Amino acid sequence: MNEVTKIDGIGSSVRRTEDKKFLTGKGRYTDDINRPGQVQAYFLRSDVAHAEIKSIDTKAAQSAPGVVGVFTGSDIAADKVGGPICGWVVPCRDGSSTKEPPHPLLAQGKVRFVGDAVAVVVAETMEQAKSAAELIDVDYNELTPVVDFVNADEGAQIHEEVPNNCYFDWELGDESATNKAIESAAKVVKLSVRNNRLVPNAMEPRSALAEYDSLDESYTLHTTSQNPHLTRLVLAAFMFAIPESKLRVIAPDVGGGFGSKIYVYIEEAVCVWASKKIGRPVKWTADRTQAFLTDCHGRDHVNDVQLALDDNNKIIGLRVDTVCNLGAYLSAFSVVVPTILHGTLLSGQYDIPAIYTNVKGMATNTVNVDAYRGAGRPEATYLLERTMETAAKEVGMDPAEFRRINFIPKDAFPYQTQVALQYDIGDYEPHLDKAMEMIDYSNFEKRRAEAAKRGMYRGIGMSSYIEACGLAPSAVVGALGGRVGQWESASVRVNPTGTISVFTGSHSHGQGHATTFAQIVADKLGIPMENVEVVHGDTDKTPFGMGSYGSRSLASGGSAISKAVDKIINKSKKIAAHLLEASEDDIDFKDGKFVVGGTDKEKAFGEIALAAYVPHNYPLETLEPGLEENAFYDPTNFVFPSGTHIAEVEIDPATGVVEVVDWAACDDFGNLVNPMIVEGQVHGGIAQGIGQALLEDAHYDENGQLLTASYMDYCMPRADDLPSFKVGYTNTPCTHNDLGVKGCGEAGAIASPPALINAVIDALSPLGVTDMSMPATPQKVWKAIQESQSVAAE
Amino acid sequence: MYSTKYIKPNSTSEALEAIKSMGEGKFLAGGMTLIPTLKQRLASPDGLVDISGCDLDSISDEGDAIKIGAMTKHASVAESDLVKKAIPALAKLADGIGDRQVRNRGTLGGSVANNDPSACYPSAVLALKAIVHTNTRSIEADEFFTGMFETALEENEIIEAISFSKPTKANYVKFPNPASRYAMVGVFVAQFNDGVRVAVTGAGEGGVFRHAEMEAALSSNYNADALSALEISSEGLISDLHASPEYRANLIKEMTKRAVV
Repeated sequence: MNEVTKIDGIGSSVRRTEDKKFLTGKGRYTDDINRPGQVQAYFLRSDVAHAEIKSIDTKAAQSAPGVVGVFTGSDIAADKVGGPICGWVVPCRDGSSTKEPPHPLLAQGKVRFVGDAVAVVVAETMEQAKSAAELIDVDYNELTPVVDFVNADEGAQIHEEVPNNCYFDWELGDESATNKAIESAAKVVKLSVRNNRLVPNAMEPRSALAEYDSLDESYTLHTTSQNPHLTRLVLAAFMFAIPESKLRVIAPDVGGGFGSKIYVYIEEAVCVWASKKIGRPVKWTADRTQAFLTDCHGRDHVNDVQLALDDNNKIIGLRVDTVCNLGAYLSAFSVVVPTILHGTLLSGQYDIPAIYTNVKGMATNTVNVDAYRGAGRPEATYLLERTMETAAKEVGMDPAEFRRINFIPKDAFPYQTQVALQYDIGDYEPHLDKAMEMIDYSNFEKRRAEAAKRGMYRGIGMSSYIEACGLAPSAVVGALGGRVGQWESASVRVNPTGTISVFTGSHSHGQGHATTFAQIVADKLGIPMENVEVVHGDTDKTPFGMGSYGSRSLASGGSAISKAVDKIINKSKKIAAHLLEASEDDIDFKDGKFVVGGTDKEKAFGEIALAAYVPHNYPLETLEPGLEENAFYDPTNFVFPSGTHIAEVEIDPATGVVEVVDWAACDDFGNLVNPMIVEGQVHGGIAQGIGQALLEDAHYDENGQLLTASYMDYCMPRADDLPSFKVGYTNTPCTHNDLGVKGCGEAGAIASPPALINAVIDALSPLGVTDMSMPATPQKVWKAIQESQSVAAE
Repeated sequence: MYSTKYIKPNSTSEALEAIKSMGEGKFLAGGMTLIPTLKQRLASPDGLVDISGCDLDSISDEGDAIKIGAMTKHASVAESDLVKKAIPALAKLADGIGDRQVRNRGTLGGSVANNDPSACYPSAVLALKAIVHTNTRSIEADEFFTGMFETALEENEIIEAISFSKPTKANYVKFPNPASRYAMVGVFVAQFNDGVRVAVTGAGEGGVFRHAEMEAALSSNYNADALSALEISSEGLISDLHASPEYRANLIKEMTKRAVV
């Protein structure tokens, strides 16, 4: 029996049980679901970035074939339906709060980005809806678009409520102490970096199917969401003013999110509204162009960094001034990403006695910017790790040694940073050492010389990152401006035969929760994994939960499941004590059996389950029948995964092509439940990071047109862009959750861009190249080489 | 897409009848460009005449040339023993177009008739002194490509086959656009007894073109070193997000050097 437990349990690389349906094309996504009488919605979108709407004529569209309704912003306003809300705000330096302009479901008076929804056409078929939309005549008075976010304060005002196009001007840390450190420093390393704008590109485009039941006046919404309960809360409480019980939200199989499916978008709300208006189910599915234009984008920062060093090359201060682009409207977590999830990470893995940061969040005539895999932490890690590498080179130290002397020592935990966070545990030298060993760091110069013989420039670069994830203690979230709790829920139902149904508030859109969560339950109860079913994504089935983002599902959701299982075990012991006629204190639970200590008297878990539901011999006077427990877990701190990634590249000077030739990733995620799934997450994260560093760039022209609105121009990473990754681990188990787990979903995307850009710069350092912006495209690298050669020639 | 009529005739003469019966009809070959265009509502033809049933997909050895039917799919060219033996560079080119799905739908004739400035095939047509056979005439490669997305084809003229001259040596090397993987610069070099032809695709504002200076240099010395001293002009080269004219000029020289082996 022991063997079975080990095969399925925590720490086993069990194959993903959910993959059979995905790999055989049997996944059931929102767009796969159809309801009788269903009609299709199509959104007419603005093709100009910034304009007043003088008039909209929908007459011809109303009478077009198949059309059942054409609606504009005035219809939404007449029904007093609210728009999406901002879920987290921060205070400004001048004492004011974040400026929150309204975001109407359909444009009212003004359009603010290319893709802003102006009208919705509902018709029998999508083609009819599209044809009718072509008949709508919108008369625009075009205004100057604001695209350059760094100088957005000088541009035309986009919202009445947002003076100087600045949503917020936030600060964190001790400015005077930091400036003093910079003034007194032996050396100040200065660097300006840009974090390029990215399009999330989930494989499944967003989709919504809303249905209204006029008999009990309730709605059902199928939607592509990472957090169906939050979607229900926002729609019910803030948009439609209906009881939550009158809205069921189902997020069935969801094909990737990367953050972009956290928020409530206007399209799903309009479908809900229109389903009642029309009295028929309304479906909308984005095509890829709409996904590019209207999914929230990610990143888009510029950061000015000053790192102060003393005579011994120890860091004594860090100042970071950031301007970030939040786009046309404030999306749900757009404010927290560049502030709380960015500024608080600026200490990295380093003991920095003084830190100050200022972040300005700007409005522009581009689509909203919000969380994208890593959300704030990649931006913090990028600026810090680029600066660490630059500083090491400037002071003539090996980058690894420069990091090492500045690491927070392992005996300093719990470590209070100067930017609010307190790291519970960590040990940074082991993952640095191991990553260096994995990539054979000490022999790198031999490889560089060998490459040079072939005419290639070879470089190596590293990044020692930290991230805060497992969002997070609710009280801390509240104190920092968050408007939601950040606990997670679980309900564990033991069925009469001893099989288990787990209902989780987390949501899986690719992460493999059905496998990982089942392993936790199987391990704790000593039963085979196939006896455990995981249910998620339906507000009528699962307890209220916060969904999945910020690498929180295992640390928060898994911990809730663990707690619920503990309650099951405690109650089962009471039942076992009764059946075995022993004292509860004498009952031991091990390997799926309840044993009276020191005897051979035992009851299997299945027998206890049956007794609970067929309570013929049961302590009914002191114990309720049944075996089902809920748990809500509110973490006491963030979890802090860390690690070191080292990239090795070769650059062909004739073309500027950067080839990633080797990669070592050594991460500390605490305990691993399913190492294979963790490794997959690391691979995927690095792939996205390589995409950011070498390939991806969302580019708006000066008129606010997205030039990279298809795969013809937006470059996604492909398998042949990636090396084989060497993946390793160290482990300092999290101190404040039962499982000792941290989070692994975002780490790869956080760690990899600076490692790769550091490697590119290192490769070109013999030419005198000291900087390179992302993405390091062939053209850009070639140009840098040309310019360095022309400088050399002068 | 807008709804439209679809006809699949069994011969080119029937196809011509069919297209004449429509107002603004379009021939449909592999549809690798036309179908996405229709799906995005960027075109609204009165009808589509699918010529995949017109028996235009043979490959034959004509002595000095390999003749390939217009509806031959890229995958068939890539896998053809005849092509691989006589003009391996052409098989290599076909094997590098798009992805597997595209290669199993896209056709030689469709690509050449469309004359996309980033397509691979036009460079082979131009470098391999190809003859484009239509339902009315035979057109020499040098006369065929008349500008970006422009050819000598007249209304209701169908490409039936293309004959590629067998070179003594040839090679095709492309630098793909990182995003689309179309040719950002593709160079087809072909050596014949009477000289070398170098055709460049992906780079010219006027579509595919021959490069006279490189042809002259390689005709006198078929060696990459012969190109070292050449300055490649960036005039007339495409400028876009991914490559400036100067970068494209550099890639033209570099890809040509790599093609000459």
